[in-house]
Amino acid sequence: MKAAVIVFPGSNCDRDLAVAFRDLTGHETVMVWHGETSLPEGLDIIGVPGGFSYGDYLRSGAMAARSPIMRAVADAAGKGIAVLGVCNGFQVLTETGLLPGALMRNAGLNFVCRDVDLTVGTSQTMFTSRYEDGESIVIPVAHHDGNYFADDATLDRLEGEGRVAFRYAGAVNGSARDIAGIVNDAGNVLGMMPHPERMIEGAHGRTDGRRLFEGLVGALS
Amino acid sequence: MKTRVIVTLKPGVLDPQGKAVHHALTGLGFGGVNDVRVGKIVELDLADGTEPAAIEDMCRKLLANTVIENFRIEQA
Repeated sequence: MKAAVIVFPGSNCDRDLAVAFRDLTGHETVMVWHGETSLPEGLDIIGVPGGFSYGDYLRSGAMAARSPIMRAVADAAGKGIAVLGVCNGFQVLTETGLLPGALMRNAGLNFVCRDVDLTVGTSQTMFTSRYEDGESIVIPVAHHDGNYFADDATLDRLEGEGRVAFRYAGAVNGSARDIAGIVNDAGNVLGMMPHPERMIEGAHGRTDGRRLFEGLVGALS
Repeated sequence: MKTRVIVTLKPGVLDPQGKAVHHALTGLGFGGVNDVRVGKIVELDLADGTEPAAIEDMCRKLLANTVIENFRIEQA
């Protein structure tokens, strides 16, 4: 199984994500620079990491979404390759249009950096199959722009189609309907603000994020 | 050819920055401020004869996120 992580100028969670993929797939993760125009052959998973790509200029994720490699990522997503966007990666995926909605400045204006309680919205995705529906888990967040916004029709559709992967169990950033993570309509693209790659081994304090990667690798095996 | 693009949050989209500025203005003793919305201005220096449609395309593809923002194009 082959995973790649996209690296933008300003990415800072790319190596964490690469380690998570490596530990669960058993193969070294390929790092792909944003200026590339194509992805390596035979990829199964693409990670779009957290960080502050392009210094969050214009809007978080806006510049990264227009970088050459994202066209290749969009093509790959269209072919059904699994794409996981974490934090800034979620912002990039909404800016490219691979996921609906937008991530706005946190309602409290503060940068929020702490462990948060999440509720699993659905176990019926390739990313969440190792969780139970409605299960409570803890995953850290670290963001300034995590306030999910979409119009009511889009929110209704996301909920109606079981595409809300994770919700905040309490107030975190003002997100519409407490949405912390969503999948696209085909179910192969997940964007989430919390960082599952920061909770995968005992030294992290908890391992609640590990099952996301286990589930993904299991689904693709 | 100088052109300005004014990007503003759509009506109904919560603007936490605008709320904070509103609060600060009130704190400074400025009464009668009903609401504050914070946007941004992008100044473009364009080749003469750039088509208005091309500028609009720039706005839709990059300068504004039309999920949450409106834009207005002004010739400076």
